[in-house]
Amino acid sequence: MWLWLLKRIGQVLPTLFILSILIFGLQQLMPGDPALILAGEERGDPQVLAQIRAELRLDRPIYEQYLYWIGNVLTGDFGFSWRIRMPVSQLILDKLPVTAQLAAMSFIIAVLIGVPAGIISAVKRDQPADWAANGVALFGISTPNFWLGIMMILFFSAELGWLPPSGYVPLTEDFWQSIATTIMPAFVLGTGVASVLMRHTRAAMLTALSQDYVRTARAKGLRERVVVWKHALRNALIPVVTLGAIEFGRLLAGAVLTEQVFTIPGFGKLIVDAVFNRDYPVVQGVVLATALIFVLLSLVADLLYMAINPRLRQA
Amino acid sequence: MTVLLELRDVVKHFPVRDALGRRAGAVHAVDGVSLSVAEGEVLAIVGESGCGKSTLGRVMLRLIEPDSGSVRFAGEDLATLSPSALRARRRDMQIIFQDPFGSLDPRMTVAQAIAEPLRLHRLVPRAEEPARVTELLRRVGLRPESAGRWPHEFSGGQRQRIAIARALASNPRLIIGDEPVSALDVSVQAQVINLLRDLIRDLRLTFVLVSHDLGVVRHVADRVAVMYLGRIVEEGPAEEVLGAPRHPYTRALVAAMPGAQTKTPPLEGDVPSPIAPPSGCRFHTRCAFAAERCRAETPRLEGMGHAVACHFAESLPPPAERIAALGGGERLARLQAFFRGTAPSPTGMGEHA
Repeated sequence: MWLWLLKRIGQVLPTLFILSILIFGLQQLMPGDPALILAGEERGDPQVLAQIRAELRLDRPIYEQYLYWIGNVLTGDFGFSWRIRMPVSQLILDKLPVTAQLAAMSFIIAVLIGVPAGIISAVKRDQPADWAANGVALFGISTPNFWLGIMMILFFSAELGWLPPSGYVPLTEDFWQSIATTIMPAFVLGTGVASVLMRHTRAAMLTALSQDYVRTARAKGLRERVVVWKHALRNALIPVVTLGAIEFGRLLAGAVLTEQVFTIPGFGKLIVDAVFNRDYPVVQGVVLATALIFVLLSLVADLLYMAINPRLRQA
Repeated sequence: MTVLLELRDVVKHFPVRDALGRRAGAVHAVDGVSLSVAEGEVLAIVGESGCGKSTLGRVMLRLIEPDSGSVRFAGEDLATLSPSALRARRRDMQIIFQDPFGSLDPRMTVAQAIAEPLRLHRLVPRAEEPARVTELLRRVGLRPESAGRWPHEFSGGQRQRIAIARALASNPRLIIGDEPVSALDVSVQAQVINLLRDLIRDLRLTFVLVSHDLGVVRHVADRVAVMYLGRIVEEGPAEEVLGAPRHPYTRALVAAMPGAQTKTPPLEGDVPSPIAPPSGCRFHTRCAFAAERCRAETPRLEGMGHAVACHFAESLPPPAERIAALGGGERLARLQAFFRGTAPSPTGMGEHA
């Protein structure tokens, strides 16, 4: 098992290496010359352009640019934003808590809605509760986030005036105000994930409920509640946990549209701005950080999977 | 002998729905079955796949609600019991399923699985639980160290032993074995059958064996009930039913046992659909002796001791040969003897046994 763990952790490094090449390479395909954008008014002056290019090493061969970048990254230096004039690592550290808070809240909402709904619809299969849950899930999957976000702003902020329509207050500044600014975007993001979790929980529960060990549990004389919670759910949750970890990773990668709608200054907004400004160091740094988070989360998912699935433990 | 389990006119149909969820008929899984099982008796229910025997086994324990008819256990109608009283009753009746890979909760250790009924029905004090688990494991031929391990670490035969230990945990009066060995390798089958037979004898269990394997049935059953498309067509002492079958269907089954020396031709065709079972005698579509009356009139299960549901049971020619020594079990018997270590193996495998 320890060997497996070492191997699994060992996979993280090559994955990140390949990702770094992809991130760097793909960005070169973006149309538009960063030097032109940075030069602004002086874009007509070839000397200025050449100077900018030399300064940013844009005149060097691509592999040299890559090696320079990755070398710095390995020493913890993600570079300096061309546009915002701040270290990229500082930007990441600024925005990460915002996105993390949003992701955590969305995930909690998703789990609180999705898992119980999945259980209920499996236990009450082909009954009104099941139809209702499936209908809501279909709505959750197929509703575009930005639309739902706008509707919520219209209703809760414009109509009722309960919640601020946009903006963000950090948790450390004012806890309740912070929750108030993030609850709507968290709900918007959470419903999509909740629907996915609900569908998977339902499917896994239906599989588990039709197993002989569930029949055995009933034959033992256990209450139906115990049969469902102890025997069926504990087995059904194994695949759901993995899925949950991956969905959480997706939430952490930032939600571009939702953050735009609610003007939340998170990862999503940071990366979109950086792409439009051709701010290469920021794009590279943020995408790499996101990838790192994602890779680590899927590692956590695997470890969790092993922890809750005895069949994998001895392997 | 006192009757432990009594079924009267039990009917169970499973609705079949079309794509729009409308009722489009029903699978006639069990269609008017009456049976009784005496205390300490081993009754085998045999028949082809899909004849309703597993459903019948589950109805006996009320794991499935019958549509109509009554199931009485120890004189008590299970349908009248409150849910909690029924759950309490369950300690007296247990089931062993066919698939040893599906019947054990993968997230429970062997000890947890066996101890759960003990705790549920408060059968032993917590402190004595490990001792009881060890005793049960020994009883089914597993080492006490198995207790802390997970189901996936065991082979099919071992898992079936665990399932048996689990079924025995609550000291039940009735155990239903739903094809308990048919998922196992033949050599392992013999071991598990031996184990079951010893347990039935030593613990004086009442056992209902649901099986399609007459070789297995012959080795454990006192009485046999033959099912065809949801109905019992023949029922009686095992030796009589298997040795001198009277219903044409039973004859064909017995003749199909490996090694049976008989000229009864094998059955042709498939079992008709249980959604639209044939009229009259359900076997008439495949019966060599079928006459007009068989299409129209449903035969009743008649006869004391050895009962048959056939209009022509009295007038049919006797089976061409008495099934000599029931050769079908011969290989099994050899294997059983081998694993018991009493007979020298013809292949010389027995040397180190």
